[in-house]
Amino acid sequence: MRRVFLLFLAVAVAVLGILFYLTLPARVPPEELAGLSGDAVAGEAVFWAAGCASCHAPEEARGEDRLVLSGGRAFPSDFGTFRAPNISMDPEHGIGAWSFADFVTALQEGVSPEGRNYYPAFPYTAYRLAERQDLADLWAFWQTLPASDTPSLPHDIGFPFSIRRTVGVWNLLNMPDGFTVTGELSAEAERGRYLAEALAHCAECHTPRDALGGLDRAAWMTGAPNPSGTGTIPPLTPDELRWSEAEIAAYLADGFTPSFDSAGGHMADVIRNLANLSDADRLAIAAYLKALPPAE
Amino acid sequence: MTIRKTAFGLAALAALATSAPSAFAQDLPAPVQARQGQMDAMALNIGVLAGMARGNTEYDAEAAQAAANNLVALSQIDQRFSWPEGTDNFSLDGSRALPAIWENMAGFTEDYVAFGAAATGLAAVAGDGLEAVQAALGPLGGTCGACHDDFRQSQ
Repeated sequence: MRRVFLLFLAVAVAVLGILFYLTLPARVPPEELAGLSGDAVAGEAVFWAAGCASCHAPEEARGEDRLVLSGGRAFPSDFGTFRAPNISMDPEHGIGAWSFADFVTALQEGVSPEGRNYYPAFPYTAYRLAERQDLADLWAFWQTLPASDTPSLPHDIGFPFSIRRTVGVWNLLNMPDGFTVTGELSAEAERGRYLAEALAHCAECHTPRDALGGLDRAAWMTGAPNPSGTGTIPPLTPDELRWSEAEIAAYLADGFTPSFDSAGGHMADVIRNLANLSDADRLAIAAYLKALPPAE
Repeated sequence: MTIRKTAFGLAALAALATSAPSAFAQDLPAPVQARQGQMDAMALNIGVLAGMARGNTEYDAEAAQAAANNLVALSQIDQRFSWPEGTDNFSLDGSRALPAIWENMAGFTEDYVAFGAAATGLAAVAGDGLEAVQAALGPLGGTCGACHDDFRQSQ
């Protein structure tokens, strides 16, 4: 009996040890980034495509003020309320003191310079798919952004998710190792896939989630309940979204639907970003949406 | 004759009752129909301007001016009769008007005034060429979205 117990204990310790090892917050080694040099002008396009300002600029900010990434916006969820932190260039309250490796580690591993897991309200699962050159350009653009000394507000998350290490387990289940939409795509739709899946993280809202808050990739872009209250976020699959590619691209630029209703809610913010993209990139996103597998 | 008419009427009513969606437009109170019609008229005129701004139709100074003038006129309709209590989306099937309107009538009115200011700004430049229309249309759309964000049920 005692032997069985000891065996059980050994197995339990081994399992915990493996889990501990597997969930160790990862770091991107600086050597991996050697040789990359960023271009701030190209980085601005990445900045708008990646939608940083949608969450990290104050809600009422317009125009140039959307470059002040002082944070503070609240994002209610089933797990509690997340608050976007200050990611401006302020060295104390923002990320002004970060290295490029810190920046890439945050964006692609979801881990802070201190080695703590970020919560996946921050869409590092999407940014993980971004090209390192784009991130170098983005970091170069970041150096031109203003500093804000507004302190970050704490999240309001219940136990057990208040323990950040639990995110490591979540990451084991939810870190993607490639694009969700696979198969033959035109060059235009491939560009759209990169923009939509790696940068603009459309699926974060337009795809339903499982009980642990992971994206249900089998129901990719088929719409979801609105996390911030009542109503639903519409499906984008071609069987549901019947707008033409030109209509989708125009909507992403000026915010008017084909019947000239206006975009509302968080989508209005998204359009304030995507309006800064080239026409070709907005059309590429439209081409990608038309290539989505229909909802079952 | 009357029996036949009555039977036909009943059958028609039954067909209507079973096939009708939950709310007929004509079932909605007159103020709701009026304000929805006003929104449709806004969309129609914005569509004329956005069609030009998007390059789908050729810029036409006179048409642009007419559409912009219509938007100004629409922004000047006094709203006091359009939003009676009890016509929010919880009380009515077929309205997306949030109770927030009645909880914050001052903010709602402020958003409407902002739409009027943007429409006036657009009308001031609508005849000045395509670029002027494009530049003024963005702020106008922003006022639509700002009000819808706070006061309209998202779909």
